[in-house]
Amino acid sequence: MSDAPLMEVRNLKKFFKVPSGMNHAVDGVSFTIGKGETLGVVGESGCGKSTLGRCVIRLQEPTDGHICLNGKDITHVRGKELKRVREQVQIVFQDPYSSLNPRHRIASTITEPLKRSGRFDNKSQLQEEAKRLMALVGIDQRLQQSYPHELDGGRRQRVCIARALALNPDFIVCDEPVSALDVSIQASVLNLLMKLQEDMGMAYLFVTHDLSVVRHISDHICVMYLGQLVEKSPTEELFMRTLHPYTKALLSAIPSVDIHKPMQQIRLRGEITSPINPKPGCRFASRCPYAMEKCQEPQRLEEIEPNHFVSCCRVREI
Amino acid sequence: MKMKQVKRNLNPPPTSLQAEFFARILAAWSARLGVAILLFVLVAIVLGPVISPYGVNQMDLTQILGKPSASHPFGCDSMGRDLLTRLLHGGRYSLLLGFAASMFGALIGTFIGCIAGYFGGITESLLMRLMDVWSAIPGMLLCILVSIVMGAGFFPTVLALSIGSVPGGVRMVRGQILVERKKEYIEAAESINCSKMSIMFHHLLPNVIQPMIIITTMGIGSTIIMASALSYIGLGIQPPTPEWGAMLADGRNYIREFPHLITFPGISIALTVISLNLLGDGLRDALDPKMRN
Repeated sequence: MSDAPLMEVRNLKKFFKVPSGMNHAVDGVSFTIGKGETLGVVGESGCGKSTLGRCVIRLQEPTDGHICLNGKDITHVRGKELKRVREQVQIVFQDPYSSLNPRHRIASTITEPLKRSGRFDNKSQLQEEAKRLMALVGIDQRLQQSYPHELDGGRRQRVCIARALALNPDFIVCDEPVSALDVSIQASVLNLLMKLQEDMGMAYLFVTHDLSVVRHISDHICVMYLGQLVEKSPTEELFMRTLHPYTKALLSAIPSVDIHKPMQQIRLRGEITSPINPKPGCRFASRCPYAMEKCQEPQRLEEIEPNHFVSCCRVREI
Repeated sequence: MKMKQVKRNLNPPPTSLQAEFFARILAAWSARLGVAILLFVLVAIVLGPVISPYGVNQMDLTQILGKPSASHPFGCDSMGRDLLTRLLHGGRYSLLLGFAASMFGALIGTFIGCIAGYFGGITESLLMRLMDVWSAIPGMLLCILVSIVMGAGFFPTVLALSIGSVPGGVRMVRGQILVERKKEYIEAAESINCSKMSIMFHHLLPNVIQPMIIITTMGIGSTIIMASALSYIGLGIQPPTPEWGAMLADGRNYIREFPHLITFPGISIALTVISLNLLGDGLRDALDPKMRN
């Protein structure tokens, strides 16, 4: 790990106004990502992981907190500076069907970031660059003039990746990039992402709800529950020494192919608490089998093991 | 034969969107009929001076209100002018007015609709309330009003005819934009530094323009009828320019004794409008997303 983190996020908050109050989509999340690292963010649907990804690259305005890219605060930059930030951070969306403009040809979609950046204005240069990027992500050259609807999901996602790579960014947010794909194609897209990282050295913020995917690709993992981080640790450590009750339940839900391993699924009772105007205490308390009175007090992330943070007051007891 | 078909299905020829699109339009016999009639009318209008030897305003005093004959196949009007010649010449004005006014209305409607739909908030509220007021006034009344204020002439008439179609276009484009702007490719465009203008016109517009094309094509027919109505009450294109509606108005005094004066312009208008509607139906079938596989 290099000494200066590529991206540092401190106490990031994103609230949405809804008729009945404030929806705390992201509530006080902090993490750092080093150059060339992958941080996986896992959590169930609606826990704010996608919102987190979008806030980090300023597609949505954070309500509070700080985002630093290469040591520079980008939380509130605008205009030309924001433009420069967006050349360094990119995003690959979940749904390759709606994230490509159906009326634009593949080549023009891929080269659009280059055109907007003003680095290339020469047509033949752009064409060369389109060819290079297509080769990089493994799309056949003959598809240059195709429209997105003529491609399958995997190829479309490769086009999205090529578009994200066009400006050679330092950091890419992958917002569930494989969850809309077939399993066989998931693997090939994941391998492509990992190979590209090896070759070009960018960092990923990898948002997903698929634990096996995140284990495969991440260096560190953050587990999110209702807008807050409940556990943050290096990948293998998290799987070997799971500490937070929510993470335990989450990991126990992974199906195993080993028939000799006894099934020990932890069944959670109750519903997710509403993210609208939540109470100050542990948000998992209503479903937690270990919940006590002191869980009603605000929780904070504590370093239990080196580099292994857990937000649970009873973690040492259970 | 069967083998051949199977083979073709396995290896479909590489199609572009455009080729596919035209094939789809012409798939229905009604659309083909519409295109055929429209082409026939257009060719006749273009070849007008070749087909009939008379001048547009050339009067033959011996042929006043003349019935159809060998030398004047459609007869002559109350001033002894050849009806066929005037019909073919007048078609230019009627069609051009119809096309120009529909396009102009669609252009303005699309532009305002794009802005209202994309920017939202107070811009949208203001523009949409303006459209509410605008559409509260009946189209024909608005048309007559503008025509009186702006006076006769080609461009004032285009403006008068197009002004009624603006609010409908704005509503539709705005609705489409509201659907499209939530899709991820718009976010993707933002993340690669596209400006608002470029997102609006480069990314959103191509995705919302299709229904507008259909509506505009179908609107040309009613615009031609409206232009005729305007001429009929003495506004819009002025005599002696032979616009179809003006010719109808001319003939209405002689409708009992000389019905040909009103029959031929009437048939011309009806044919053109029907062909445009058929073409519009074909376009709708070709572009309707629900029909797509």
